[in-house]
Amino acid sequence: MSALPPYATTGQRIWYYSFRVIVGLILFFLIAPILIIIPLSFNAENFFTFTPKMLALDPEGYSLKHYRDFFSNQDWIRPLQNSLIIAPFATIISVSLGTLAAIGLSQSHVPFRRAIMAILISPMIVPLIISATGMFFFYSQLGLWMEDSLGLSKSLTGYIKVILAHAALGIPFVIITVTATLVGFDKSLTRAAANMGATPTVTFFRVQMPLILPGVISGGLFAFITSFDEVVVVLFVGAAAQKTLPWQMYTGLREQISPTILAVATVLVAVSVLMLATIEILRRRSERLRGMSPG
Amino acid sequence: MKLTKAFMATTALTVAGTVVMAAGHMADQMTIVSWGGAYSASQQAAYHDPYMANTGVTIINDESSSEAVAKLRAMSEAGNITWDLVDVEAADAIRLCDEGLAMEIDADEVLAPGDDGSTATDDFGDMLVNDCFIPQIVFSTTFGYRTDMVPEGVAPPSGACDVFDQETYPGKRALNRNPVANMEWALLCDGVAYEDVYDLLETDEGQAQAFAKLDTIKDDTVWWTSAAEGVQLLADGEVFMGSTYNGRLFSAIVEQNQPIGMAWDWQMFDLDGWVIPDGLSDERLARVLDYVRFATDTQRLADQAKYISYGPARQSSAPLVSTHATLGIDMAPHMPTDPANAENTFVNNYTWWADYRDDLDAKFQSWLAQ
Amino acid sequence: MSEVMLAADGRPLKASLNRALRRQKLRALMLIAPLLIFIMLTFIIPIGQMLFRSVENQIVGDTIPRTVAALADWDAEAEPVPGEDVFSAFAKDMMVAVELKQHTRLGSRLNYEASGLSSLFRKSGRRVDDMGEGYADQFAAVDPAWADPATWVTLMAAPRWVERQAAWDGEGAEPKFILSASITDDLPQTASIYADFARVTQSEDEESPTEETPWNVVYLALFEDLTANPDVQIAGPVGDLVAATVPQLAAFTQEDIRAAFVAADDGWEETRVWKTIQTYSAPYTDGYFLNAIDLQKTPDGVAWQPENEQIYITLFLRTMMMSVLITVSCILLGYPVAWLLANLPARKANMLMILVLLPFWTSLLVRTSAWKVLLQQQGVINDTLVWFGLVADDNRLALINNATGTIIAMTHILLPFMILPLYSVLKTIPPSYLRAAKSLGATNWTAFWRVYFPQSVPGIGAGSILVFIIAIGYYITPEIVGGTKGVFISNRIAYHISTSLNWGLAAALGAILLAMVLLLYWAYDRIVGIDNVKLGG
Repeated sequence: MSALPPYATTGQRIWYYSFRVIVGLILFFLIAPILIIIPLSFNAENFFTFTPKMLALDPEGYSLKHYRDFFSNQDWIRPLQNSLIIAPFATIISVSLGTLAAIGLSQSHVPFRRAIMAILISPMIVPLIISATGMFFFYSQLGLWMEDSLGLSKSLTGYIKVILAHAALGIPFVIITVTATLVGFDKSLTRAAANMGATPTVTFFRVQMPLILPGVISGGLFAFITSFDEVVVVLFVGAAAQKTLPWQMYTGLREQISPTILAVATVLVAVSVLMLATIEILRRRSERLRGMSPG
Repeated sequence: MKLTKAFMATTALTVAGTVVMAAGHMADQMTIVSWGGAYSASQQAAYHDPYMANTGVTIINDESSSEAVAKLRAMSEAGNITWDLVDVEAADAIRLCDEGLAMEIDADEVLAPGDDGSTATDDFGDMLVNDCFIPQIVFSTTFGYRTDMVPEGVAPPSGACDVFDQETYPGKRALNRNPVANMEWALLCDGVAYEDVYDLLETDEGQAQAFAKLDTIKDDTVWWTSAAEGVQLLADGEVFMGSTYNGRLFSAIVEQNQPIGMAWDWQMFDLDGWVIPDGLSDERLARVLDYVRFATDTQRLADQAKYISYGPARQSSAPLVSTHATLGIDMAPHMPTDPANAENTFVNNYTWWADYRDDLDAKFQSWLAQ
Repeated sequence: MSEVMLAADGRPLKASLNRALRRQKLRALMLIAPLLIFIMLTFIIPIGQMLFRSVENQIVGDTIPRTVAALADWDAEAEPVPGEDVFSAFAKDMMVAVELKQHTRLGSRLNYEASGLSSLFRKSGRRVDDMGEGYADQFAAVDPAWADPATWVTLMAAPRWVERQAAWDGEGAEPKFILSASITDDLPQTASIYADFARVTQSEDEESPTEETPWNVVYLALFEDLTANPDVQIAGPVGDLVAATVPQLAAFTQEDIRAAFVAADDGWEETRVWKTIQTYSAPYTDGYFLNAIDLQKTPDGVAWQPENEQIYITLFLRTMMMSVLITVSCILLGYPVAWLLANLPARKANMLMILVLLPFWTSLLVRTSAWKVLLQQQGVINDTLVWFGLVADDNRLALINNATGTIIAMTHILLPFMILPLYSVLKTIPPSYLRAAKSLGATNWTAFWRVYFPQSVPGIGAGSILVFIIAIGYYITPEIVGGTKGVFISNRIAYHISTSLNWGLAAALGAILLAMVLLLYWAYDRIVGIDNVKLGG
């Protein structure tokens, strides 16, 4: 029913349009909660609903004060900085280890492939609350060891612990996306490269990497957003010095929800739009490269 | 490969940027745990900000006081204490001290003498409930109600017992998701005399009686876990009436002009103060002790009362308490101890709660989950 | 054809191929190894350790070893409250535990099984100091030397420790106390409790046993040892003192330790208390798992918890029910969207896809905040309904802090996880089948239901299992919008981890939850194959 045929009966017409209305409503349900916080975040009052002034589109009903609070309040700046420190490092670890493993997994003869895959995917499957509590005890001991044996400062070990924990959580996403790209990878290309005398390293960087790069980047974005959005594990593994943006939001949500949260949320929505656009571009590019769609 | 290069460049920039930022974070830091919301804001203004300005130490706030006992136990089990100073109620301080999780201190050595020349021990007096507790404030747990939701032709609620009166005051209630104060109110409002409350609560029959009374409002109650949440529920109009700490209500009513009224009858007095976790390294301990000496001196305790309506724990601070820091209003009528507010009050028996908290918590939580 | 085929280097081809295959396998494993080791170390093993706590119960035996031994042959049928020997052993154990500040932890541990034990331990802990004081005084009355720390060191310490201690210059820690070898045979109880005294004095108080008078319970132990074995021969200078003291013992006023405990709290006269301690003496227990399904361990076998404490089965069922509800709502809402996406021209479908992917990429906390703001009584939804006159202003809908809030918010959060796998399956169903069915005379509905729908079932299955797996372990959203009636088993686990500190029970609940999830994962892998998970692009 991609288009209504000219011979459709009245009943079919009604169904055709009412179906679209239903789908429209569902999509509205999906998207509205996210969009509605955007105007609310410009509320000049400390309320979470539309004031009469806002509905009348009176400029006085709107203000940037919650954004000013976000960018000037230490309670928000510090978590933002922490998130920006932790997420990139966690992403780098997930991506580098995950890509290597995905390449290994895509070889034709891997013993225990199913079991290995299950283990590598497990951080995505195990309920977060279980992972978080398990990690709490492990990373406390690891932190002590790093402080005592390696002589690192408490603050540095705090970051390392959260970064490692987030890296573990991001890995399944990298594995899944990179493996998916490798499924369509033509192995004769590596063989051809080897035939022409390229070393495995050269083959990897010059032949394989450019082709799977879109998969790697989208896996990396997933890993990034996993860390950037993660709150349960960081609550257990991190200390207040590593308080991340989601942690601060969570505290705010459980306590006094200041409208600043909506401003933060709007900024994060903008970030997601950016990420989504990147992924979309990459997807199209990858399809074009592999000749899968005329795109 | 333009894309590859762009990607590499972005990565390199991010890494470089984060390393620079991370390096800036490794300064002199101290993590202080408190209750969040208006209370933390008053501590920030009265203690943290001046201290940071004087010393250059960075203070990081953690709003985990409601879980302090549990988290400290977990940290000590894991051998990794990340907190430097913790704000707790007296009963929790007793528990932490009994369990060896809080450090014992010598009050006269650690705390500054009073402005009036009295020793710290004399100045704090009875408030030093044990060897670990460093008192800050006297507060009360009491009720607030929505002035705009009082049914017509009815006098507004006056105190704790009105929360059980569903006929006169229909609507949702908000109560703390733990047994402290709720159990006492249930018995007091069920006609038990104040002197018998704690004795009765030791028995199975007394506990059953309290739960039966709470059962009458269980389905209409939203249970909060953080103090700020209780106030938020009132401010949002989610509930008609709810218990919370008097200072929070003060800040909602006076500072944020919310349509909320106070119902003081049978407010419960309690103490709140600092404990230092046991097992800090010498360097961290020295830093904490320096802060504590500063933050609990006569002037600082009096300063806090300019931001929130809690009574300072030092006798010598009392004469210095006057008006609100920004609004300039007189603080005295908002204090829980003001005679107009203190007709029927009771004092939290914190030693009793230190002993019975585990027992009643278990029962309360399974009652709640049913 | 017996000739072996040879490869270029002259080896048999079969061997050469095998070698190449082995090398290939090895290379694959080498690539996987770093990550596998990383995940094993930082994820699998920590979770294993955590789950191990569900059976671990060493705290009882470690904290009160003497009592556990003495209780071993106590029979509650014959004797409702254990005898004086148990109370005496308990007094010594408690003294050590109180000094180490461990008695409150044991009390909390046992309180999980029988409430009331925590306060019992806490209150009694303050009295145990005085137990045996009568004996201490009476020994000192016989000869003041008994009150002298030096007497005790001579009696108890190994000679080599005395030498080392004498040589110690006071810098750093004192050499660790060593018990004399022979004294354990001569005065077994006294030696054991004195060794504890010396250890605790050195480690906790940082004092020296040479300067501290032993605890009162040490004198209690001495009285018991000497009464049990009056003919004991002890070598050395203290031997004479012992020999001189023994005849006087008959005249000692005996102290009633049991009465002292009962005076602290009459709970110690309850059979229930001692039965609990006896039942939970073993170093490993299945008790936590039993508790996790509303059972309890009693000396008479397994029994149901009292009715007002049965909550976990209900909670597991509620978690399942709500997850099913969420999954069903996701199917109902997701199917039409996926259908339309699969049947629109690519360009339009891509546009609509963005509406599905945006929520997917948006922070979970952003979406939860949005729902918190929307669902409140004074929130946008209620405001709108009131404005349209659908709901009275004084009778606004309760959409948050209950199960409704959890289901709405989680359906929204998990809907993309349904649409995306469903879409990828629907896209593979050729539209010509539907047309063929219709041209053969099927009505729209029959064509859909008999031809199209069966082919989309794998997509529904994939999406449902995915949504269900995620829903069943959810924590953050229910915690914020669920109140008390809209929370999941995860929230209870978090409560036991971070508030009640019943880690054993949390681990047991977690193990059960994990088992359920792994079962679903196994089913998913069987039906869909984990390789076929698509992450929205």
